[in-house]
Parts: sequence; structure tokens; C-alpha cells
Amino acid sequence: MAAAINAAAAFGLDTIGCASTGNLANAVAAHAARAGLTAWIFIPEELETAKVVGTSVYGSRLVRVRGTYDDVNRLCAQVADRFGWGMVNVNLRAYYGEGSKTVAHEIAEQLGWRLPSAVVAPMAGGSLLTKLRKGFGEFIAAGLVAGAMPRLFGAQASGCAPIVRLVERGGGELEPEQPRTICRSLAIGNPADGAFAARAIGETGGWAAAVSDPELVEGIRLLAQDAGIFAETAGGVTLAAALALARGGRLGPDDEVVLCVTGHGLKTLEAVRDTLPEAPVIAPRLREVAALVER
Amino acid sequence: MAITVNLPSVLAAHTGGARTIEAAGRTLGEAVADVAARFPALGPRLRDKDGKPYPFVNFYLNDEDVRFRGGFAAPVQDGDEVTVIPAIAGG
Repeated sequence: MAAAINAAAAFGLDTIGCASTGNLANAVAAHAARAGLTAWIFIPEELETAKVVGTSVYGSRLVRVRGTYDDVNRLCAQVADRFGWGMVNVNLRAYYGEGSKTVAHEIAEQLGWRLPSAVVAPMAGGSLLTKLRKGFGEFIAAGLVAGAMPRLFGAQASGCAPIVRLVERGGGELEPEQPRTICRSLAIGNPADGAFAARAIGETGGWAAAVSDPELVEGIRLLAQDAGIFAETAGGVTLAAALALARGGRLGPDDEVVLCVTGHGLKTLEAVRDTLPEAPVIAPRLREVAALVER
Repeated sequence: MAITVNLPSVLAAHTGGARTIEAAGRTLGEAVADVAARFPALGPRLRDKDGKPYPFVNFYLNDEDVRFRGGFAAPVQDGDEVTVIPAIAGG
């Protein structure tokens, strides 16, 4: 986002915006507030409450659109054209995308300037996969890291998995889908970077996996209970997909695998709230605690 | 009444500045061919040399992605609105 905001300032734009499944909306709203820019943010009507509140709190002009993310995205292309605003994922996309490659830089830095053997990342528009490859490639070319290009693996929810299906099918032409998943942050049925993501996966020797909604919910719980990290639905998809890839032999015991967990679980409480045990309510008496301990 | 075609401003340079033009045809492919015949510089921006759509130029028929309605084979009729939008993505 910082790269896109700086580009907007360099172009002399006073209004920015985006189409978003939620997380970009939060980031654009926050950065616009800090930079003193007006922000118009367009999201699908059915987004989770935390993502709506987490955007509107910054004072942005938030608009909920009846339709899918793909409908919102089309509308924003027309908005950018009509009003001349800087839409982060439309006419500022090159700068926004360039900023994404710092994920790869941070992975290398946090591993002590070396590269893992595999990276699993969630795929919505597909851009992150392509920027991971670019970021790793630039560090390798500059001699800043040891090791070969990691194998890149993509994760999607099976209710919206056009990139996974392209990887499995082969070829270069993506077939759009109508999203049907609780993982709204990845619910992009027509990802324009999908073909490029599939190519990055193929050329690095990776693969892709799709997981069901129950599997992604279990992924959220497992990541929380095993690693102490509470992820949103996309993180659950990524963990569950990594497990599926391991079961299928695509990831092995000698691999050092990095999972890109890209959103906090407080944004999608709805996904797990009803799957967790209800906390007992007791009077402030020791014997009631003892009864719970002994139960 | 004809079919209305809405163009992004980047393509209006090939229509003398017009962002909305009219077209005729029974399918989307025929309507695009009609536009290409009348605006020769615009044609290669809308379809490849075999007359097929590019993966990075999206067509919407009355706000619906035509790939869900048969692509260039999608039937069109007078009064329909076709919108051309370059492929983009977000997150």
C-alpha cells in the first residue's frame, strides 16, 4: 500500500480508492487517512462486519455493492475511468503490486538471508504468487540470499478455485467461476493475475490445492491451537492446503515450508464462532471452579 | 434501437473520442465484428486475428460477464448494453 500511496502523491491525485474483499479496504482507508487523501472504497455487500467497521472507522467513503467481488472490480474499473481517481488495484495496480514483493524480502530476512524450499500462499487475484517469485528472484540475482528459488504453492477455497483448476488442467486460459465459499477474502472468480500465478507455480516446480469450507475452518483452529496464531479464513485455507499438499506428496519431510498467513482471525469471527465450545458461566465461588476442573 | 457498446477512455482514441457507440448483430461476436468493420483501428484491440476474444479484455452484457453466457456466441438483441473493460484484479 505504501508504494501505491506514494505513487498517488507523485501523480498529484487527491482521491484514491479500491475494490476489495476486505483487507485491502482496511489498508487503503488507513493509509488515506494518514496521507490526508479522500478515499472511496467499494466492497461486496456481504462482507464480514469487522472488515466493514475496520474500514469505515478511518473516515473513508465506504460503498457496499450488491454483487460479488468481480462485480465490484468491474465497477471500479469504470469508476477509475470516469472520475480519474487513483484506484489502488486498477490504475495504481503496478505500484501496489510492486509493494507486495516485500513479502518475499521479509521471508528471506527473517530466515537469516536464506530461502525456504517451499512457500504456500493464498490466492485471490493471484498477484501475491507472482510477486513472491519476483521478490525472491531479485534477491537471488543481487546475491543477497543463499539457496535456490523456492517452489511456490497456491491455496484457494474449493468454492472459488479458478487458479487451482487452471494449474491442475494445464494450459494458459483461466475459466472464471461464481464464488461460493465462506472465505470471502479469496472469493475472486475472475482473477486477472490467475494465469500468471499458475505460470509462476508451474515454472518453480510447485503446485496448488483447494480445500472445502469445513477444512478451512479446521485449518483456522489447528493453526491457533498448534502455533498460537489466530488467522482469518484465508489463513485457514493456506494451512489446510499445505496439509493436503503434504498428504499428496507435493511437500516432503525435508522441505522447509513457509506459509503466508495474511489476515487476522478477528476479522472473520463468523467463520469459527459457532464451531467452538461455549464457555461456562459460573458464580464467583471456588467450588464452582472445582466442579469444572473435576468434570 | 441498436446494441450500445461502452468503451473505456483508453480505447476511445480509436473511435474519434466516442466512448459509447452503436453496433448491430445477433451475437456478441457479430456485434464486435460490426464495430471492428466500422472502426478498423479499434478491431485489433477487441479481438485477435482469428476473431476470438483476448483473455485480458473482458466483455459484459448488461453487467454480466459474457464468459458465463457463451462468450462471443452469446445472443444479443436491440437495447442490450455491452461494456468493454480491460482485465484487472484485486484483493
